[in-house]
Amino acid sequence: MDVAELAAPFERMLEELCPPPAVRAVEAGDTGAAQAMWAGFAASGFLDALVPEARGGAGLALADIAPLLIALGRHAVPLPVGQTMLARAWLDAPPDGRIALATPEAGIFGAEPFRLVANHVLVVDSGGLTIESALSGAQLPPSGAGPHLAALIAAAAIAGASERVLALAIDHANTRVQFGKPVGRQQAVQHMLAVMAEQVVAVRLMVEQACAVPNLASCAAAKAVASAAAADMAEAAHAVIGAIGISAEHDLQLYTRRLHAMRLAHGSESHWQRVLGALRLASDAPCVDWLRAEIFAEVGAL
Amino acid sequence: MFESFGWARLPDSDADLRERVRAVVREQIADLPPDRRARSWMGFDATFSRRLGTAGLLGLTLPAEYGGQGRGAFARFAVVEELLAVGAPVAAHWIADRQSAPLILHYGTEAQKARHLPAICRGEQLFCIGMSEPEAGSDLAAVRSRAERDGVGGWRLSGQKIWTTGAQHFDYMIALVRTSGSADDRQRGLSQLIVDLKAPGVTIRPIADLTGDEHFCEVFFEDVALGPDALIGEEGAGWAQVTAELAFERSGPERIYSSVVLLDAWIAHLRAAGRSDDAALALVGELTARMAALRTMSIACTARLAEGDSPVVEASLVKDLGTRFEQDVPRVIADALAGHKGEAVAPELLRTLAYLTQIAPSFSLRGGTREVLRGIIARGLGLR
Repeated sequence: MDVAELAAPFERMLEELCPPPAVRAVEAGDTGAAQAMWAGFAASGFLDALVPEARGGAGLALADIAPLLIALGRHAVPLPVGQTMLARAWLDAPPDGRIALATPEAGIFGAEPFRLVANHVLVVDSGGLTIESALSGAQLPPSGAGPHLAALIAAAAIAGASERVLALAIDHANTRVQFGKPVGRQQAVQHMLAVMAEQVVAVRLMVEQACAVPNLASCAAAKAVASAAAADMAEAAHAVIGAIGISAEHDLQLYTRRLHAMRLAHGSESHWQRVLGALRLASDAPCVDWLRAEIFAEVGAL
Repeated sequence: MFESFGWARLPDSDADLRERVRAVVREQIADLPPDRRARSWMGFDATFSRRLGTAGLLGLTLPAEYGGQGRGAFARFAVVEELLAVGAPVAAHWIADRQSAPLILHYGTEAQKARHLPAICRGEQLFCIGMSEPEAGSDLAAVRSRAERDGVGGWRLSGQKIWTTGAQHFDYMIALVRTSGSADDRQRGLSQLIVDLKAPGVTIRPIADLTGDEHFCEVFFEDVALGPDALIGEEGAGWAQVTAELAFERSGPERIYSSVVLLDAWIAHLRAAGRSDDAALALVGELTARMAALRTMSIACTARLAEGDSPVVEASLVKDLGTRFEQDVPRVIADALAGHKGEAVAPELLRTLAYLTQIAPSFSLRGGTREVLRGIIARGLGLR
């Protein structure tokens, strides 16, 4: 399927379902708002994007929906949409409702970002899957499932939120006038924004790479790069936008708080750096050959 | 944001080229120690470059009628990546293959193409770039070297270039010079000329650098006579041509692999020492992840080149982030080695580290400084 055919309607749906007031309502604990937002996702069919066609899903690959996962971050969607997509693909008989992922192996702190708004929590460890709910029952993980995919979903959210805070910062830099000119004319501000743009591109492309080759090494690399960028992106966006960005009223905080949460979710940068470092050190291959084989899955690399 | 800068996959079809590069590397430079290989695209070895030419590994993007391979930007990426991954001494053909040949192909006359392109593809004509001058570093439009018409169709060139890599070894320079107007005209009135570096009136003086090497040169022109065919492209269009050329210069994998020989040597050291503490794992993982992300960016840039675009802003993104990585590698490895006093470190690893530590500041100077690139990116973001 052409990715653009999915991305455009998904983007329109997010604009309708998840405008900043709706995001604020869900975050404030308005269960009615959460229900209404979720009903839109459930009715759209997108939640079964990764479910095999034999079980009635769309049978898409992660690479197909990478732009959707990134869009979820761009809109600070406050419900576990990407997580539920994964869980519904993994479970033979998935329960209805919002499924959060918990990954104890990747660290407890911040490991379950959507537990408070979920109907079920699926515990994902390398040993297996466990559903914490009335519908509990352990299942063997399908091949390829694991905490690294939960981390990839969070990395995609960072990619999207990073795009958003950069767009907000550019807009502010072009419109806010100080010293008689837009602050974006100041070289110091321009260079901050340029560095943000570099990180936005690096995170997005690495996330898309990991979606194309969703193994442990590439997901670890994606989350390590995304988490390392997340705090920088939040810091730089606040620096450019200034005092107004600290206010609750300004939308910036919707995305920067999410950047900090997703940085820690399912393991922060140092966790995934160690995972990747151990994989790398287990091989005597030179760096470029190793990258080509393990992260890019190129033929004949090793 | 940067929707045009999309993820791309390298085609599998260039795997044969990688094998051919490895064969030449095994044959020619198997014994080159890592501290020599760390010089990589500053390492001059004309024999090695000619060997690549006879193996059909130069001019990959050029059409067969000019001696090229007609295979495109992805094929060139595969070959260049193989060469840089092992720190092969590619300086002799580097500029000619990367930017002079595409420039001549795009803007040159039929006679210029016939004279230069087949010889470049054989690794026999070596080119350098004449951009920087004493008063025109980052401010390239301030160049003062000047070529005047000589009245019989040719040119007389006077002036000076500086920081010209490898000029003492090379046959030709493609120089950006003023052909009309004055310094106040800035980008207007600049042209690119092909200068025969063996011509009377050309003086080349190498500059010793802080590592003890002599890669850079000063080049002086004293009323150098050039033929009518020295002009490449359009008179007065030099600025636009140089801008397009710089996208070739900035987008390649050479902007992410300058320190890869050191990274390989350090990882081999960690494995030999049996180190697997958290700090070592995290550092190896961090550098590996950053290199992977940069590779996705470099491939995305190559995809734009393959489509015939000139990805000026995208190339600047890759180069700024890539050179930061290349500079961080020697810095963090130095600390990691020094922090384990009981471990024996091979002298060649230390020599590689010393060389890269000293030369690393040049990574974000050559081919456009960090600050210039960030200005280009800012304009691309719609600022100013």
